Amino acid sequence: MERVLLVLHTEPDGALGKAALESISVARALALEVAAGEWAIGIVGARAIEAGHSVGNCGATRWLAVSGREFGQSRYATDVLAVEAIWRAVNPTLVLAPGTSRWRRAIPGAAFRMGAAIDTHASEVKVLDGQVVLRRWYYRQRIEAIQSRTHRPWCILTEPGTVEPFVASGASVTVESLEVSAPPEVLRTTVEGIQAPPADEQTIRPDAELLFVAGAGWTKKQADGKVHVEEAAQLILEFLRLTKCSLGSSKSLVDMASEGQAVLPFLTHLHQVGQTGSTPRHPKGLATCCHGEEPHVVGWRFIRERRAINLDPNCGWAQGKADVLYVADAFEVMRELNRLLKEKEEATG
Amino acid sequence: MNVAYHIVTCAGIVPDPLQTLEPSMGPDGPGLRNELMLPAVLDPWAAHALYEAAHLAKQHPGSKVWLVSLSPRAKLQQVMMSVAQKAAFELVPIDGPASGFTDSVAVGEALAEAIRSIPGLERERLLIFGGWESASRGAGSTLQVVGELLGIQDQFFGVDILEVSPDGGFRIWERVEGGCHQISRCEGPPVVIGWATGTLPEPPNQPQIGMANMRQIMPALQRAQAVSLGRRGLVYHEVDVPRQQRQTRIVRNATPLEIAREIVEWIRG
Ligand SMILES: Cc1cc2nc3c(=O)[nH]c(=O)nc-3n(C[C@H](O)[C@H](O)[C@H](O)COP(=O)(O)OP(=O)(O)OC[C@H]3O[C@@H](n4cnc5c(N)ncnc54)[C@H](O)[C@@H]3O)c2cc1C
Repeated sequence: MERVLLVLHTEPDGALGKAALESISVARALALEVAAGEWAIGIVGARAIEAGHSVGNCGATRWLAVSGREFGQSRYATDVLAVEAIWRAVNPTLVLAPGTSRWRRAIPGAAFRMGAAIDTHASEVKVLDGQVVLRRWYYRQRIEAIQSRTHRPWCILTEPGTVEPFVASGASVTVESLEVSAPPEVLRTTVEGIQAPPADEQTIRPDAELLFVAGAGWTKKQADGKVHVEEAAQLILEFLRLTKCSLGSSKSLVDMASEGQAVLPFLTHLHQVGQTGSTPRHPKGLATCCHGEEPHVVGWRFIRERRAINLDPNCGWAQGKADVLYVADAFEVMRELNRLLKEKEEATG
Repeated sequence: MNVAYHIVTCAGIVPDPLQTLEPSMGPDGPGLRNELMLPAVLDPWAAHALYEAAHLAKQHPGSKVWLVSLSPRAKLQQVMMSVAQKAAFELVPIDGPASGFTDSVAVGEALAEAIRSIPGLERERLLIFGGWESASRGAGSTLQVVGELLGIQDQFFGVDILEVSPDGGFRIWERVEGGCHQISRCEGPPVVIGWATGTLPEPPNQPQIGMANMRQIMPALQRAQAVSLGRRGLVYHEVDVPRQQRQTRIVRNATPLEIAREIVEWIRG
C-alpha cells in the first residue's frame, strides 16, 4: 500500500488556487485506489492553517501546515525547507503536487533531498493493473508516454487544467503545525512582488474560452503593397476587448520586435505559443495570419477546436492541423467579425 | 562594483524542431527512430541561457563562460560547428545520451559532477545557467539537482531578465501564471538561473570566435568521459506519437461576412 501526501501552497491572497484544488481531486481518487482512502495534505503559506480549514471537506486523513511570513513568499530556499519538513513528518511513498510556477521551481529540489524520483507535467495520473502510472508528453508535445516508477518515494507534479477542481467547502479540521525556522542563508532572496503587464496589455488570460493567435502576416505587405500595422493592432485589440479571449502569437511575430521591424506593441515573448513558447489550454483557438508550421502548432496540443484564417490554401493549417481553414484576408474577416460582435454587444447592452 | 563572473551554462542538444519524430522501443527503454541521423540543435531555452551568459560576461570584464553538455560526442561536435560561432565559451562535454527519456535526477548528477571538475571555479562568482526546461524531456527538474549538489539555495526558473544592481546583487524576473513576472532580489552569487526566452536575439555568426572556440572544443570532445545514467526505477509502458491529423474543412470563396458569421456562431456556441 502507498502512503500518499499532497503538498500545496497558498496564493498571495492566502487562499488555495485552482491548480491546488485540481490536485486535491487527483489525490482523493488515487488514495482511494492505492491507500484505502488515507492520505495526508500539507500546506505551505503565510497562513497555511486557515487555508487547510478552507478545504476541510476534502477527505484527507491527516493535515499539516508550515506557516509564517517567510513561507508566504514564493522562494526556492524556504519552499524546499517547508516541503522537506512536511515530507519528513509523513514519510510518504507517493507525493503529489500541483505544477504551479512556484512548485515547479521548488518541489524538484525537495524531492532530490528526500532521495525521491520525480516526474513533472503529468497530464493524467491513474492506476493501471494495480500500479500507479502517469501520462506525460515528451519532445515538446510531440510524443506521449505512459510511465511508472518502481523507485519510492516518487513525486509527481500534476499539470494544471487537466482535471476538474475539487469543490471545497470550509470545515474545521485538526491541523498539525510544523515549526520550521528559516536561517539567514535561506533568506538571501526576497520577493519584491509581481509585475503584471499594464491593464490594457493584460492579454494573457489562461481561463479564457478562446485563444486568438496572431501571426507574422499581420505585419507583412498586403495586397496593396503596403503594411498596415496600426490597423492590425486596432483590429486585434478590439477583438480581444469584445471576446475577452487570450492572446497568443507566433515566434516570427514576437521576434520582429528585437529585429527592429514593424511590430504590434502589445506582444512579448510571453505570448509566444509553440515549441519554444507556451502550450496553453483553451477549449478553442483561432489562428490568424499565421502559417501553422509544426514548431508553432505543437503549442496547440491542448486546444481542442481549432480554426484558422489564412490567404494561403496550402498553409500548415490545411494539412490536418485545424478543423476549419478559412482561405481569406484576415483584415477583411476581422473587420466584419468585430462589427458583428459590437452589434451583439450593443443589442445586449 | 564589477564582479567577474564564472558562468556555467548547462545545455543539451535536441533534434531540430522541424523534424518529424518517431519513438522506438529498445532494450534500454524508448528512444527516437534514427536518433543519431536526425539533425540536432542546441536546446532552445538553454541556447538563450548561453546568449545571456555571453552578454553578461561581456559587461563584466574578467568573466568566463563554460558550456556543459551531456550529449553523444559525435552529435555534439556537429552542433558545436554552429554554436561555437555564437559566443566565446569553454566546452565541458560529457559523452552520454541526449534522449528525453532519461531520468532528470541522473542527468543533474552527471552535470554537477562535471561542473565540480572544472578547475578554478569560484563559488562567490558562480552562476549556473541553463534552460528552465529542455525541449526533449521538458521536465524542469534537472537544474535544481545541480544546484542542490553544489549547495546553491538561490534558484530561479522561467527567467526572462537578470539585472545586476550597483551593490552586486541581482534583480531577477521569473515567469509566473497569467503572463506576469515575479521579481526577486538576491544578494548575489552563487545562483541557479533556469532561463526562459530572455531578451536577447540569437547573436550573428562570428567566425573569429568560432575558430578560437574550436581550438579548445576539439580536444575537449576527444577527452570527454562517457557516463551511463541511472533510471530511478523509471518504466515506460507506452510511447506513441498521438494521431494529430484532423479532417480540415477548407472554406474557399466565402465572403468575409459569411466567415465572420460562422466564427461568431462558433465562439458563442
Ligand atoms: C528552434 C526553433 C524553435 C521554434 N519555436 C517556435 C515557437 O515556439 N513558436 C512559433 O510560433 N514558431 C516557432 N518556430 C518558428 C516556426 O518554424 C515558424 O517560422 C513560425 O511559426 C512562423 O510564424 P508565422 O506563421 O507567424 O509567420 P510566416 O511563416 O511568415 O507566415 C505568415 C502567414 O501569414 C499569412 N498572411 C499574410 N497576410 C495575410 C492576410 N491578410 N490574411 C490572412 N493571412 C495572411 C501568410 O499566408 C502566411 O501563411 C521555431 C523554429 C525553430 C527553428
